[in-house]
Amino acid sequence: MTSRTVKDDSYEAVMQRRNEILADALGLDYSRFADGPLAFDYEGMMQETGYSLDEVRSIQRETGVGDTPLLELRNVTRLVRQLAPAGKGARIFIKDEAANPSGSFKARRAALSVYQAEKQGYEGVIAATSGNYGAAVASQACMRGLKCIIVQELFDSRMVGQPEIMEKGRKCEAYGAEVVQLTVGPELFYVNLKLLEDTGFFNASLYTPYGIAGIETLGYELAEQVRKRCGRAPDMVVVTHAGGGNVTGTARGLRKAGCAGTRVVGASVDLSGLHMASDEDFNRKSFTTGHTGFGVPFATWPDRADVPRNAARALRYLDRYVLVEQGEVFYITEVLAALEGLERGPAGNTSLAAAVSLAQELDEDQVLVVQETEYTGAGKHPTAQLTFARENGVEVRRGDPDENEPGECIVIPETPGQIKAREFSLDRMRRSLIRNAVQQSGMEEVGQREVSFLCEETSQDRDFVLKVLEELDVPVIS
Amino acid sequence: MSDGAKVGDWVQIERIVLPAGERAPQVPEDTQEKPLVMRVKGFAQHEAKLGEQMTVETVIGRRESGRLVEILPIYDHDYGRPVPELLTVGNEVRRLLEQPGAPEGSEGR
Repeated sequence: MTSRTVKDDSYEAVMQRRNEILADALGLDYSRFADGPLAFDYEGMMQETGYSLDEVRSIQRETGVGDTPLLELRNVTRLVRQLAPAGKGARIFIKDEAANPSGSFKARRAALSVYQAEKQGYEGVIAATSGNYGAAVASQACMRGLKCIIVQELFDSRMVGQPEIMEKGRKCEAYGAEVVQLTVGPELFYVNLKLLEDTGFFNASLYTPYGIAGIETLGYELAEQVRKRCGRAPDMVVVTHAGGGNVTGTARGLRKAGCAGTRVVGASVDLSGLHMASDEDFNRKSFTTGHTGFGVPFATWPDRADVPRNAARALRYLDRYVLVEQGEVFYITEVLAALEGLERGPAGNTSLAAAVSLAQELDEDQVLVVQETEYTGAGKHPTAQLTFARENGVEVRRGDPDENEPGECIVIPETPGQIKAREFSLDRMRRSLIRNAVQQSGMEEVGQREVSFLCEETSQDRDFVLKVLEELDVPVIS
Repeated sequence: MSDGAKVGDWVQIERIVLPAGERAPQVPEDTQEKPLVMRVKGFAQHEAKLGEQMTVETVIGRRESGRLVEILPIYDHDYGRPVPELLTVGNEVRRLLEQPGAPEGSEGR
């Protein structure tokens, strides 16, 4: 550990040292990829990991990560075909990512980061996360003999902890990690920076190129498995979307497997109306990830993350984005256990809830893959979350899931036919991304370099980008 | 449970990281009014009673100080109560699949 000199530890002072702290904590100089104040070389940054997909697979296999089973959900498929018009209802498969060492696909993200930390000679790793990623980093650090600190946002100001996050903290401790637990607030990032500075540990952020390259194997593997089982590429892959890494990595892996025609659909739980940094709202949500509170802001401003340039850039890869309600995810979690004998989730089943609706649009011979499951446990279970919701004044009842109201009422569907994937406009998010990118750069006018970059960022043509810039009154110089 | 910790006991401490009013500018009002509080667990480095100052060594060897809040801090998250709204879901969907004319499944796993 580095010796502490006297320095200003106020919020403002630490945030001002952000870039130096992060550069030391990652051994990666992001300024090399900059191309003016707005654009940067994304692919150049992604190649910076220096590992091919095969090398990533072999690094992951060293610690037992990946090669998870692809299970066909025969009974859920039958149920979907009852709801769908004749000839419709794709075969639904699920990638059982709960079979990874720490119980979720996050082991893939952690594997490469922790490998890199070990290779660069860091004594330990730090990650700021209230999710499954904490346990993943802790487990991988344990396997590679590194120290680990996980920083969680867990309590409201009454010091009441979210049960799901308490379970994730317990799991980190089981793997020998120190868990720093905080009350609500984005200053989690400030605490993270101070710890990185004080310890000299590696920043195992979710959003580094390593964190994303690790997920590419998930997309690649599921493509291989579907081809082997079904003799075709997957027609649709549904991904639970939060910070954007799952979408980005999976889609990149699918592309590397040659699945150009596979539609990538992001799915989030609709928590609109609840403020993510609000002390009062914190324990009124029954999902701590996979929801719109992360999904929308991270897609439209990826660089809000704990690295200078986020490697997770969902709008480059999403073909569609759909929302489901909390009650629908709890319902489908129950169905998965009761019809398929798989007790998983709940948050990871967001994509499964969406899939029940989306599969009805596809033909019977088509293949839909739900690309993750996660382990379930105390606190991390529908009964735990719904008991907690009731204790916090949230109503729980059966009915029409359209009557769900985040923080007020969770409505469990009465029939599977009530589950709906509700379209969320990607164009609206693309516009926000362009607006945020221009604002954050401080540029008053943009050039062709910026226009090209924004085309890549939104996966749209020049006409789209130019039109949005015009609407925003941002002049384009040639 | 005793109300005091001995050297080497596994305990939880708490300290204010940012006082109310000194929170990040983007934090909403209800959160601004509260301090940012941190809790950490570790091995007690000296004797102290609950509520008194305590220094701990964490499991990875880091030192932290704060107010002693719990000795052998409990894991009290659980599975909650059975949820009546979910209890019948399994049988409901099984009945749907048993209806005459229900589609056959595709090839096995």
